[in-house]
Amino acid sequence: MRDKAPWSIKRELLTKSEDETDPKYGCRPEERQYPEIVKFGIINLDKPPGPSSHEVTAWVKRILGVEHAGHGGTLEPLIYVEWAWRSQSDRCSAHSLRGGD
Amino acid sequence: MTGVLPIALEEATKTIQALLVAGKEYIGVMKLHKDVPEEKVREAFSEFQGEIYQRPPARASVKKALRVRTIYYLDVLEIEGRNVLFKVGCEAGTYIRKLVFDIGRVLGCGAHMYELRRMRAGPFTEDNYMVTLHDILYLYDRWRENGDIRMLKRFILPMERALNLMPKVFIRDSAVDAICHGAHLTAPGITHIESGIKPSDKVAIFTLKGEAVALGTAMASTEEILKATHGIMVKTDRVIMPRGIYPKLWK
Repeated sequence: MRDKAPWSIKRELLTKSEDETDPKYGCRPEERQYPEIVKFGIINLDKPPGPSSHEVTAWVKRILGVEHAGHGGTLEPLIYVEWAWRSQSDRCSAHSLRGGD
Repeated sequence: MTGVLPIALEEATKTIQALLVAGKEYIGVMKLHKDVPEEKVREAFSEFQGEIYQRPPARASVKKALRVRTIYYLDVLEIEGRNVLFKVGCEAGTYIRKLVFDIGRVLGCGAHMYELRRMRAGPFTEDNYMVTLHDILYLYDRWRENGDIRMLKRFILPMERALNLMPKVFIRDSAVDAICHGAHLTAPGITHIESGIKPSDKVAIFTLKGEAVALGTAMASTEEILKATHGIMVKTDRVIMPRGIYPKLWK
């Protein structure tokens, strides 16, 4: 049988044990305020043709004045992704290794 | 415009791994190099569904070894002369330009890709708050002017959206901070779990408020996890939530 696309798989939420969450801690994602909206945010961008995904990501970073941004469009060798993850400070150099599109 | 490109900000960059390995959907136009009867074209397209072998193109930045990719669906939408409009749902890392070239070779006439647009990257689709760079500039300026948070919410989505297609496990407040420190998830911490999880599946761990805590690997099936009273159920691969948001109730 052919594999189903991940977006056509239906899942059901099952209860193991009931519990309540304390409103003192954390925040429902849709109720986040600034700056948490940005800090835990993701943009669904319609990429313009021409510039690479990497360049477009750099523009978004500059527009919003954020320190880190990364795109999730292309699969590149996972080893580079791992590098980028392992060392937060090296993130930019590892990202540039992965190149654009 | 070339379509959906999710961009994660700050802490949300930790969710990118989930998007990189998530499936994609494209709509494209293939240009045939000779006239081919319609049913021949449809026949060739149907041969490229399921598992296919692909050698990455010369300019690609990955190893040029033959690799297997799954094509979930590949539909011809319209044929007009030598132009073929198609839709493809595929595993991450499938080269569509190469797919089109290979279909052209099977047809014997040759073909190349004329146009391509990404309709989906994992859970993100075109009708899911997609914005242009201009929208971002405009909305961000509006927010700076009047402080109206709705302007930000029009183009910045919660990072949890990136994990929408992953099987989910929900945990109680008392288990959250231990996971944030890299601990694995044991049975007593789990309150809810989605159906269909098999051992070694990648899963996402959430708080009861729906905040992303971590990405992990399931050690057991949904059924086994529901019954378990102790033991590691999910191995934590990647912590997403910063430490200290939930109380430290562990030693």
